[in-house]
Amino acid sequence: MTERPSRPGGLNRRKFLYGATATTALAASSNLFSPAVHAQDPVTLRYLGTAVNQSAEIAAKVKEDLGITIEYIPVTTDEVTRRVVTQPNTFDLVDIEYMSLKNVVPTGNLKGMDTKKIKESDNITTLFTEGTVDGKAVGDQGTAPKKVIWLPGESAKTFADEPTGFMSLIPTVYNADTLGIRPDLIGRPIESWAELLNPEFKGKASILNIPSIGIMDAALVVEALGKHKYEDKGNMTRDEIDLTVDTLIEAKRSGQFRALWQDFNESVNLMASGEVVIQSMWSPAVTAVRTQGIPCIYQPLKEGYRAWAAGFGLPATAEGKKLDAAYDFINWFLSGWAGAFLNRQGYYSAVLSTAKANMEPYEWAYWMEGKPAEQDIMSPSGQLLAKTGETRDGGSYEERLGAISCWNAVMDENVYMVRKWNEFVAS
Amino acid sequence: MTTAEQAPEGGPTALTGPGRAHTALVSPDSDAAAVHGVKRRRSLLDRPYALASPLLLVMALFFVGPLILTIIVSFWEYTQYSIEPAFVTTNYQDVFYQCVAKLPNLCVTFATYLSTLKFCFIVWAITLVLGFTLAWFIVFEVKKTSTQIALFLICTIPFWTSNVIRMMAWIPLLGRNGLVNQVLMSMGIVSEPQEWLLYSDFAVILAFIHLYTMFMMVPIVNSMMRIDREIIEAARDAGAGIWTIALSVIAPLCRPGIVIGSIFVITIVMGDYITVGVMGGQQIASVGKTIQVQMQYLQFPIAAANAVVLLGAVLMIIFAMTRLVDVRREL
Repeated sequence: MTERPSRPGGLNRRKFLYGATATTALAASSNLFSPAVHAQDPVTLRYLGTAVNQSAEIAAKVKEDLGITIEYIPVTTDEVTRRVVTQPNTFDLVDIEYMSLKNVVPTGNLKGMDTKKIKESDNITTLFTEGTVDGKAVGDQGTAPKKVIWLPGESAKTFADEPTGFMSLIPTVYNADTLGIRPDLIGRPIESWAELLNPEFKGKASILNIPSIGIMDAALVVEALGKHKYEDKGNMTRDEIDLTVDTLIEAKRSGQFRALWQDFNESVNLMASGEVVIQSMWSPAVTAVRTQGIPCIYQPLKEGYRAWAAGFGLPATAEGKKLDAAYDFINWFLSGWAGAFLNRQGYYSAVLSTAKANMEPYEWAYWMEGKPAEQDIMSPSGQLLAKTGETRDGGSYEERLGAISCWNAVMDENVYMVRKWNEFVAS
Repeated sequence: MTTAEQAPEGGPTALTGPGRAHTALVSPDSDAAAVHGVKRRRSLLDRPYALASPLLLVMALFFVGPLILTIIVSFWEYTQYSIEPAFVTTNYQDVFYQCVAKLPNLCVTFATYLSTLKFCFIVWAITLVLGFTLAWFIVFEVKKTSTQIALFLICTIPFWTSNVIRMMAWIPLLGRNGLVNQVLMSMGIVSEPQEWLLYSDFAVILAFIHLYTMFMMVPIVNSMMRIDREIIEAARDAGAGIWTIALSVIAPLCRPGIVIGSIFVITIVMGDYITVGVMGGQQIASVGKTIQVQMQYLQFPIAAANAVVLLGAVLMIIFAMTRLVDVRREL
């Protein structure tokens, strides 16, 4: 690969960083101009992430377009973080949540990603780079991507406040979560997070049992109830943690919760079986309930959404052919086909312009502009998601993501929070 | 291992040939040497040790080693993304955070252990009665050996599917709109759905019994098979009723089986968090769950401390149990 033409601009800095391995870097930077087809020289990328984002369709398309074989390593959200921290040599590419970065970047196990090698880096949504949607700032409580997306350099252990040219993660998918409800069993409008603890739904509510996310949902409820106004829901003081969890404990003791749920399928079953009529939920779970023919709404609430975001990271040890292939894959991912694929699942993609070019106008209007479906909306796997005339929960991209209240986060008082959460479960 | 071996050792009544041979095979050193004295000691140095060494190696590598590591790590310090070698007791203090200060209210750890112990005791008592009765039926009531084997195999059929599936199968049955509630309501026994059937202590205990009665039954069957039928006839001739025979003759003779079965059930229930999670709707605390959550958040040292405390608790229970049974034997 060294015989490829080099890119003069990248030479000095790369040489400075890499010393003897400069040739490798040259090959890497050359890819900017000629996205290599790896068919003659087969490369396998070990792709660590949660099963949710690892679709066989994407792997098949990459194989077809670039000749790169994607070997998925599907694990749980927490296991992704654990693997990156404890076994950084077991993957070539990681799809990880931004909230985990506070735990991962200080270990030095992730490589800062050179935005010059990412073709669409300037077109990545401003939600990530600046924290704005349509020019307006959105809620940045918690681990908002703009706080952790920039690194001072390639091998950094801290974050940079300003854009630097090195990104910790290149965004893949993100979404804004809210409560899921069964409109048929509730029979009235739901407008506030406070409804989760409304005694009307005693024994028919649920909250997720993943401490770092569950506590954020609880905080949104506490604020909606008017009990407390948080400085930062994603980074509470000990007193705030006590207040939030004690509110949950009180509700649990009075029998508010039918169950707590921990994985996606549990939340689907609780909702579909009617055990629960209102609960924390994830977007694909709502879709899963609906595809069973059961009405379920991902209810927009006036206090706003709890957002999350995931992105691609590279292990610090990545080099040579694998590193080139990883950059090629990421460039391919942002080039539109994958973005359209994700948008059609109800997620949001990092580069909107390329995704739009890969979607039908009626699809774009339904998913991104909040307009009524001009014709039936199908999932990538061919299931009916919305009939003609239906609109998407939460409206357009701007309406929905503009209403973000806070982001999934890891708190400074995480240890105390987990202990307190265990108290909630044990109460 | 060691605790399991102690069981047969104390029961001279039941343990004639096979039981003693078994003990000697597993732990060639202690009591075999004591019984046979110096003469036997020489041969101990060659064959039995050689025979035991693969097991010893496996145990050292996969049991003793990790256990020692766990104990060491339980004294380490940690941040959100790293663990540092140190010698601090803060992890143990965190495990018992406010446990003394809060009394008489229970701290999280005590409440969790109390809840786990409650499950242990109830599940143990029910599986013991069920296991004993089922074993009795198979061993004494069924006359043909082929039928015995067939029935025994039928008992193992549920184990052809995974633990989780057997557990999940209860959910559609017990739910608010589940089969049981539908039947109860259509028969007019209850007027509205019974919510305590699922995501409750009841559901957890039901699943535990479903899953683990087998572990109690098998060792008891094993012990019962060795009982000489003439003993029962002798007891009957002496005028003993069925209850007297069961409690004063069979039960003491099955003691090793009962103890081994009890150890299985209690250790499994103490460490279980999946059953408690799924059937309890994640609303019931268990020590295993606490450890799992801490592991998720990379808090390995405190998770290790919790594991050490759990191990201590389980060992204490097993020790107490062997004592308890010994006392009964002497009566």
